[in-house]
Amino acid sequence: MTTISGETVGLAESSDRLWDALIHCDETHAVATVRTAVSAVDGDVCAAVEHVLLGLIAPAQARVGRAWAANELTVAQEHAATAINERCVAALVDAAADALPAPSRGRAVVACVDGEWHALPARLVAEVLRLRGWRVDYLGAQVPTDHLVAHLHASGAETVLLSSSLPSRLPTAHSAISACLAIGVPVVAGGAAFGPGGRYARLLKARWAGDAAAAADLLAQGLERPRPGAARLPDLDLPHLTDQEYTMVRRTRTQLVKQALADVENGFAAMRSYDERRRERTAEDLDHIVGFLATALYVDDAELFTTFVTWTAGILSARGVPPQCLLPALDSLRHQLGDFPRAVGILTAARRALVVPRPGRAA
Amino acid sequence: MRFPAGAYVGRNDSRTRKGGGCRGRGARTMVSFPEPTYASDASRARTAARHPSIAVDAAGLVVSVSGEAGVLLPAAHPGARFADVAPDWLVRAHEDRATPGGDAFPQPARGRIGDRGVDAFPGRTAQGALLWWLADDAEVSSLRAQLDSERQRSRLLQEISGELLASLNVDRCMEVTARLAAQHLADAVAIVGVSGGRSRAVTWCVTGGGAVQERVAVNPEEMPGLPEALLGFPPVPSRWIDPLQVPAWVVPEEFGAADRIGSVVVVPLPGHGLPAGAVVLLRRSREAAFTEAEEAFARLFAARAGAALSAARVYAEQTRITGVLMRDLLPPEIERVQGIDFSGRYRAATASERIGGDFYDVYPAQAAQAAQAAQAAQAAQAAHEAQEGGPPDETAETFAVLGDVAGKGLEAAVLTGKIRNTVEALLPFAADHERLLTLLNNALLSSHHTRFATLALVSARRDGRLVRLRVTSAGHPPPLIVRMDGRVEAADTKGTLIGALPRISVRTASVELAPGETCLLYTDGIAEARGGPLGDTMFGERRLSQVLAECAGLPAEAVTERVQMLASQWVGDGKHDDMALLAVAAPRNAHLTAVDGHTRGRFTA
Repeated sequence: MTTISGETVGLAESSDRLWDALIHCDETHAVATVRTAVSAVDGDVCAAVEHVLLGLIAPAQARVGRAWAANELTVAQEHAATAINERCVAALVDAAADALPAPSRGRAVVACVDGEWHALPARLVAEVLRLRGWRVDYLGAQVPTDHLVAHLHASGAETVLLSSSLPSRLPTAHSAISACLAIGVPVVAGGAAFGPGGRYARLLKARWAGDAAAAADLLAQGLERPRPGAARLPDLDLPHLTDQEYTMVRRTRTQLVKQALADVENGFAAMRSYDERRRERTAEDLDHIVGFLATALYVDDAELFTTFVTWTAGILSARGVPPQCLLPALDSLRHQLGDFPRAVGILTAARRALVVPRPGRAA
Repeated sequence: MRFPAGAYVGRNDSRTRKGGGCRGRGARTMVSFPEPTYASDASRARTAARHPSIAVDAAGLVVSVSGEAGVLLPAAHPGARFADVAPDWLVRAHEDRATPGGDAFPQPARGRIGDRGVDAFPGRTAQGALLWWLADDAEVSSLRAQLDSERQRSRLLQEISGELLASLNVDRCMEVTARLAAQHLADAVAIVGVSGGRSRAVTWCVTGGGAVQERVAVNPEEMPGLPEALLGFPPVPSRWIDPLQVPAWVVPEEFGAADRIGSVVVVPLPGHGLPAGAVVLLRRSREAAFTEAEEAFARLFAARAGAALSAARVYAEQTRITGVLMRDLLPPEIERVQGIDFSGRYRAATASERIGGDFYDVYPAQAAQAAQAAQAAQAAQAAHEAQEGGPPDETAETFAVLGDVAGKGLEAAVLTGKIRNTVEALLPFAADHERLLTLLNNALLSSHHTRFATLALVSARRDGRLVRLRVTSAGHPPPLIVRMDGRVEAADTKGTLIGALPRISVRTASVELAPGETCLLYTDGIAEARGGPLGDTMFGERRLSQVLAECAGLPAEAVTERVQMLASQWVGDGKHDDMALLAVAAPRNAHLTAVDGHTRGRFTA
């Protein structure tokens, strides 16, 4: 973001108006707000659109996520706000269509990892790259890896930008990254899934960009093409996988969840009065916990699991559920996985964080 | 005659090979390999005979001295005592071996003779005399050098194959071929692709530079040896090609003037049946002319590059054909039509396919129908006059269909395409669902396909702020209606499936959607999705209704996204059937407003 002329354009007021429109499901006003914000920026239309995409729409989307976590929005409202935000993007892109530079800088593919439904961050990356003169193939949410690879073969695109917000998609992201590297296409990863500072992106042999502008800058620098030697099996990058703990947890996922559900019912008296639906919700939560445990084993980082568990505790507190209800679940898993030292270590660290909340963290 | 296992592999090659090793040339790792020779037993015997050897009988007397053994041991001649003419280490080895049982584990002996290190390998002559083969260091190090170059050569071929096979993209493959050739074979490379109409893709690369590709109209006849190579004829030897005849278009810019060319090789890129193109290799000075060995290696390289290029070309062609054939089978992009929101989503059963047995289509009200109706309702419409796309016609109905053909995968998709075409042809009857379905039923019964289909039809029109629907299910789960207050109702419609029975019966329901309300059509892949946190549980209509209850007031695409997401997550990595969703919604905002000219002439509310 370097091309905005004149004073830095304040988006604070627009930001409040957009937020109101989003939570009231008011597409008309949302679109009007972002359009007005663009016309308030002097100079180049493309730069102005990028400014609003990244300075107004992206933060609004982040706020939607935070508001859901704090139980200020229902899941459905979150979907609705996202849908309207998507339409705002479309409206801005339409507005910039005539001013769009002819693609002159190469061809990039923007895609979400398979199983990743949050498409808006990827969409923003795609639009920013277009505004900066790249030819972009935007493949959208949840792109199966074989589609991605087939598209690369067919299109000859030089770069892949891979988006994922859910850390539990990291093993899938890894196979997508490996597949791209194997055919000589470098990958830029982005999104919360890749951890603080993109640490898991580096672990999985991808470059990392913190936001759409950073991704565009990285592409502008030029990325080195990986040699086909970069094609490797996962256990070469992640030697700890040979201990089979990840494999075992993934394979026995359903049994782990079933047993944990039974143990939680025994250990948490209130649960016995749950109806079928709440019981199923609990099973889903347990399923998530096991999924994150598997991912933490995959990247060999206890922090990933601890962060998830403390975050879940925050979500539960916001909804009036005591976070202590997570303890029997962690204990059950620790008991079931007693033979797996890494899993036990990860579960123990998370339990400690839950019992003794760290400063500044929800628990 | 036997050599100790493993001790002497390849030794016989040393004399028959010309030159050897590899030499570096500036930035380029030039490959200059000895030509491989394949030793037959006969040649092995012949070369073995030339090796220094000395035979000693049981009495310890030299029987014969062959080859250069006389140079190593000048005093040795037949009849001399071995112990007098051989160095101590060899004499000791001989004595060990001459003792009974000494033959059991033949080990080479090692020591020095004069200033040379010598390996002595034991054997026996046909007459039973003990035989010592003598091999000095010079030979071993030459063998090592050969082994190294042989290893380098196979490593290089492996690396080249790896790079070439990585991509199935033709342009990328050309680039890689050019880069590798410039790195390992020559100072500059031009790869001439097969003709695509008037022009050909030519890829140039100089050593250390990047590959440049362009489609140019060139005449291959101008380049000696090129027409033959492009036809796949045996290559013209490089010494036949006069560098002065190389046309300018072959020479990459960075190479410099064409008169700097020292030598040229043209190699065909063999393809699957047809040549995949040809490689022109250029070297700057005459001293670096291509040896026969280098030309042979270039052909080996070209064989691999040609195979990779052909595979990429076949893949590209298949992809193009599939793309063209699939175009009409893919689910359509749909959006707001005449003031009514539509949103469709589709997920094929097999992740690797994008099509299957489910489908949906939305047909905006016929233009003619719309025109007639607009006239009649002109006065009423005046208030809603739009800038583009005409007024929203409140009597013309937009017709939408969602269906599910028995089966999945390509076969189902092909039948799906036929049914979609048939439905489109029957659009003039869309006002009467039963009639349309009856005609479709007859069409399916008379076709040779034995498959049947279930369908749900919706005719939708705006009525002020409301959207009025006529909904008909034919063997399909009844569409669900999501009310603003979170109630979820099944549309009161049912009917027989299509294409199975000679007569069908259906009941059409009338549904009214207030702003923000949605009617969802879905295929059974959604409700019958199996999975869940406890495994193998059916998603079911109850969960679907619960999910929809939370979707009250959402825009159509948010409803379909949420349902598809939850159903997919429910399934996880497990198997599922095709899943299709189509939502019809009354926009939530009160007023119809025309949008600016940028959105494709539709209305937004």
